[in-house]
Amino acid sequence: MLKFITKRLLWMIPSLFAVSFLAFVLIQLPPGDYVTTYIATLAASNEIIDQNTAASLRERFGLGDPMLVQYFKWIWGIATRGDFGISFEWQQPVSGLIWERMALTLVLAIASLLATWAIALPIGVYSAVRKYSIGDYAFTIFSFFGLSVPSFLLALVLMYVAAVEFGQDVGGLFSHEFEAAPWSIAKMLDLLAHLWLPVIILAVSSTASLIRVMRANMLDELPKPYVTTARAKGLSEFRLLTKYPMRIALNPFISTIAWLLPNLISGSVVVAIVLNLPTAAPLLLQSLMAQDMYLAGAFVLLICALTLIGSLISDILLALVDPRIRLE
Amino acid sequence: MSDILPMPARKPLLEVRNLVTEFPLRTGVFRAVNDLSFSIDAGRTLCVVGESGSGKSVTARSILQIVDAPGRIASGSIMLNTADGLSVDLAKLHPRSKAIRAVRGRDIAMIFQEPMSSLSPVHTVGDQITEALRLHMKMTKAEARAEAINLLRQVEIPNPEQAIDRYAFQYSGGMRQRAMIAMALACKPKLLIADEPTTALDVTTQAEILDLIARLQKQTGMAVLFITHDMGVVAQIADDVLVMHHGVAREYGPVEQIFHAPQDDYTKMLIGSVLKLEQKAEIRLARAPLDRTAQPILEVRNLSQHFGSLKALDDVSISLLPGETLGIVGESGSGKTTMGRAIMRLYDPTAGEMLYRKADGGVVDLARIEGAALKEARRELRMVFQDPFGSLNPRMTVAQVIGEPLLVNGIARGKELDDRVSHLMEQVGLDPRGRERYPHAFSGGQRQRIGIARAITLNPRIIVADEATSALDVSVRFQVLDLLMKLQDELGLAYIFISHDIGVIRYMCGRVGVMYRGKIVEVGDADKVCNAPDHPYTQALLSAIPRPDPRDRDRSRRFRYTEPTPVRNGSSAR
Amino acid sequence: MVDIAITSIQPDRAAVASQWQLIWWAFRRHRLAMVALWVTVAMYLVALVPGFFAINDPNQQNARATFHPPQPIHLIDTSNGFSIGPYFHPLKLTRDPQTLAAIFAEDRSRKVPISLLGRGYDYSVLGLFNTSIHLFASSDPRQPIYLFGADRLGRDVYSRVIQGAQISLSIGLVGVFISLMLGIILGGISGYYGGRLDFVMQRIIDFVLSLPTIPIWLAMAAALPQGWPATLQYMMITIILSLTGWAQLARVVRGRFLSLRTEEFVAAARLDGVSEGRIIFRHMLPSFSSHIIASVTLAVPAMILAETSLSFLGLGLQPPTISWGVLLREAQNIRSIATAPWLFMPGLAVVVAVMALNLLGDGLRDAADPYNK
Repeated sequence: MLKFITKRLLWMIPSLFAVSFLAFVLIQLPPGDYVTTYIATLAASNEIIDQNTAASLRERFGLGDPMLVQYFKWIWGIATRGDFGISFEWQQPVSGLIWERMALTLVLAIASLLATWAIALPIGVYSAVRKYSIGDYAFTIFSFFGLSVPSFLLALVLMYVAAVEFGQDVGGLFSHEFEAAPWSIAKMLDLLAHLWLPVIILAVSSTASLIRVMRANMLDELPKPYVTTARAKGLSEFRLLTKYPMRIALNPFISTIAWLLPNLISGSVVVAIVLNLPTAAPLLLQSLMAQDMYLAGAFVLLICALTLIGSLISDILLALVDPRIRLE
Repeated sequence: MSDILPMPARKPLLEVRNLVTEFPLRTGVFRAVNDLSFSIDAGRTLCVVGESGSGKSVTARSILQIVDAPGRIASGSIMLNTADGLSVDLAKLHPRSKAIRAVRGRDIAMIFQEPMSSLSPVHTVGDQITEALRLHMKMTKAEARAEAINLLRQVEIPNPEQAIDRYAFQYSGGMRQRAMIAMALACKPKLLIADEPTTALDVTTQAEILDLIARLQKQTGMAVLFITHDMGVVAQIADDVLVMHHGVAREYGPVEQIFHAPQDDYTKMLIGSVLKLEQKAEIRLARAPLDRTAQPILEVRNLSQHFGSLKALDDVSISLLPGETLGIVGESGSGKTTMGRAIMRLYDPTAGEMLYRKADGGVVDLARIEGAALKEARRELRMVFQDPFGSLNPRMTVAQVIGEPLLVNGIARGKELDDRVSHLMEQVGLDPRGRERYPHAFSGGQRQRIGIARAITLNPRIIVADEATSALDVSVRFQVLDLLMKLQDELGLAYIFISHDIGVIRYMCGRVGVMYRGKIVEVGDADKVCNAPDHPYTQALLSAIPRPDPRDRDRSRRFRYTEPTPVRNGSSAR
Repeated sequence: MVDIAITSIQPDRAAVASQWQLIWWAFRRHRLAMVALWVTVAMYLVALVPGFFAINDPNQQNARATFHPPQPIHLIDTSNGFSIGPYFHPLKLTRDPQTLAAIFAEDRSRKVPISLLGRGYDYSVLGLFNTSIHLFASSDPRQPIYLFGADRLGRDVYSRVIQGAQISLSIGLVGVFISLMLGIILGGISGYYGGRLDFVMQRIIDFVLSLPTIPIWLAMAAALPQGWPATLQYMMITIILSLTGWAQLARVVRGRFLSLRTEEFVAAARLDGVSEGRIIFRHMLPSFSSHIIASVTLAVPAMILAETSLSFLGLGLQPPTISWGVLLREAQNIRSIATAPWLFMPGLAVVVAVMALNLLGDGLRDAADPYNK
């Protein structure tokens, strides 16, 4: 077990390396750099910057170095000092801009994950046990519908309904009075009051796919001989289901953290932009558009790292609950 | 065993009357069990015997109302009469009712064929045993645990205090079945239903499990309903026998009568099949003796095949004469299948050589050749596989399967190919008009004929048959064995016949090699090895085979072979 | 003894049924999947020749039709005796005297019949020839019908949704095709050769699968120069989507290869002297092609959703290219959807398309292995 965890942790190192390199390459992809974009923006308002100023700007941001050098400078700063570089656009350290937004992104993702599990687990089991019943058909149709609605469309429709029917603006995660306020109990409550809408929107599509997964897992397990053994022992159907097939069908459920989390975070990007949530997504989009490379890079890196950690956690949990993995 | 007298004026423990169990299908209703009646008295053993699809398993499950959906009991009664005078008709109870649940595991317990998949992989063995105790006997956790350890000790599991906290996959095959039995006997049931409990086990393990059940039956006085397809097992343990075929009872009576005075033709055929395996095949008796002085066609020398740390073959040497049938016998994990596959060069051997003498007299080492030379050798060395379903590509027609070797070796195509395929099918007893059909349209025995046709396509000189008949029912088994021998006479083939079944080997083979843990422990004439072997392992193996005669039930001659040195790990999984 | 086998062969339709026939029989029993199959076929037909199904030129702007609401089609006319045949009443534009806001009202006095296979704007059929025949058209060219209403610039939403089908549906197919090629090559190599190569490939696949796709797509899409021609943009977006999409398919292919490699019939083919290439293409490929088709069908809707999301955020396809994602950008702000809720219509098209493909893929997956039941 300890060996397994150590191995899995060691594997994280090259993964994180790969992810950081990927993030850096991605933000280096656009032709030109921030200075080019900056000059273009200024040119639009009739300000002209001469070549010398541009060169000194590049010097200051270290944009003239070869890419690998820039990469190592960047990753060294992150690894040793937690320094993600400077946001060109905001003219302040990236680390000051990202943490609160990343934390809210994580809160949103975890809340959605929990909501997804809470809804999908019982429905999936029900659908499998009552296969081809009216309820099963209803849930099947719901899950296919949920799979087919893009989350941003759902967000738009809900916003439309809220605006037209109730005359309410449902965007954001905080009321106006709390937006800039320091953290307090009241602000936490305000967050919870706003969180449910994006959570529901995000949970719909992942719940839909998880219901399918759970149903299929249960249908795989139900005809297995060990279920018959338990039945022959005289257990009630409910105890039997919860103790045996459900317990085993749960294992793939735990591994959903590994693929559901990336999906939820992906989905939350679009939803956050539509609903204008103060998470990482809107700022990421903005920084990508403006070629604010260190800010964008920090977001891409952290989001990817988050999902890698998610799959690490799911692997370890899986080993904890499944003796076949733990002991072999 | 059968000295308990039936008590008059006392109802039998279980009385089944006119039982009908049905499975609704899209095309109609399938009657898996049709108008079946029998009864079991306390302390007695009833064997229900039949081939696959006879409905014997469904019968067992009907009693506990655990027939797989959508099957259900359509009519009939299943009266359970307990010692305290209470009677209940199990057939009338709802499968989910409290009443039937109280019977399951307490009055009637059940064990199954596959102990691995019948135990939960993520719960400890102890957890699964204590569950029944806590449910029916209302024991506390501590009491249940103590009792479970006690039960594990009763079924002779070593170190029960530790074993209780292990998982099923950490047990060996025989240990798992012992744990299943411990679980079933937890609440001292009046009736134990055993559904092919030894089919997945090796013959020596089977003997031990049968002994265990018999001993526990004597101790507790419970009745046993034993489902099996093996007439040898029936002869050894039954008091009464019920022969089933296609859901119907063909014959029902005391074991002595069934074996020594059978009335029904089907029963006679089943018993005849088993008795046949007690001696040589008739075809072989008529044959001229083999030329023992001829140059061997294949000589395996010091062959080793390692997979990581596992020595599947360990320094094996054996030779095969032209036209000979060489048997390889051994239990699971003995390396006999690896041996066959190594000879076909499906693996690259770790060490040793396999010298094959070609038709033109030239000798090649099968362990070394590659490419064209290997391809050429494989035209003369062919294989028949065990699994008649897995070894035929379900997406190719029979003609394509049989014709493939001719086609890819550039021997025949078009009309000629078609004619050759038709001829081959006739040779193995298949109607050539069926050549455009897909394998799913054929039964197990017919599929095995297709596999044989494919093997003889290229006029081979050696055929390796790996458990070629073990997936088949007894009635079909002889047809395939006899076909193989007919082809041997027609085509002058030499066979390497791999099997776990000494009876089949005795019937088929002239000479036999016995394998144990990757080594050949004994080679000799089949008559000698199968009747009076020299090596203690072979002796132990022979002693464990159930004799198909209820008058010959001497268990005392059975013993288990233990390797003298070195000390081995007792709980290795297979 | 031998004749038992001969006598038991009976004529049977299933006996000579190939795997595709068996799969089709199994698939046909799924009613929902059958409906989905027809919907999918119909949608791709529309995507093939959108011009034929469109009514008005999707790029035609009309200042007088800004936010023109959808018009109902009437079938039976009782105002003047009784007549059957589709027609509509044109809407009359008036302005609110105070706010000058546009007010559309049905002009019941006028009746414009809709003609089947009528003439409309010129369009090209698969780039082969031009025609102006449409499935149906307004009989009066000066009175266009707005089935799903019109957008901010007075363009016909219905025709734009029809036109958008071409890009949105094909991007799914092309993207999946590229993913599939990558997946088959990488997954196939990994599964066929196994060993260390497989281990490395497995780690790469796991890594790619654990990445959140949208932020990466965003970053890649942001790198595309704005001024590129539409076709190049289209190709780049599909390639970007495939760069992460291949991993899922590679895993399916690898898994299939691994399980097939140990099948006895593959060993039997090897012993028959069949070459490696023929083993793969003749013996193994037919065994998993049905599974691959099912996985591909399930991957297409994911691609469609991805394109829609990217274009919606402004990082995918750019106007004047018409795709469902681009169209939904019109519905981005709450003000315009409050005045013109019919701007959601492209969204409905997305939902229908994705749902049909998902149901189809699900049905295919269930039917894909006719021998394992």
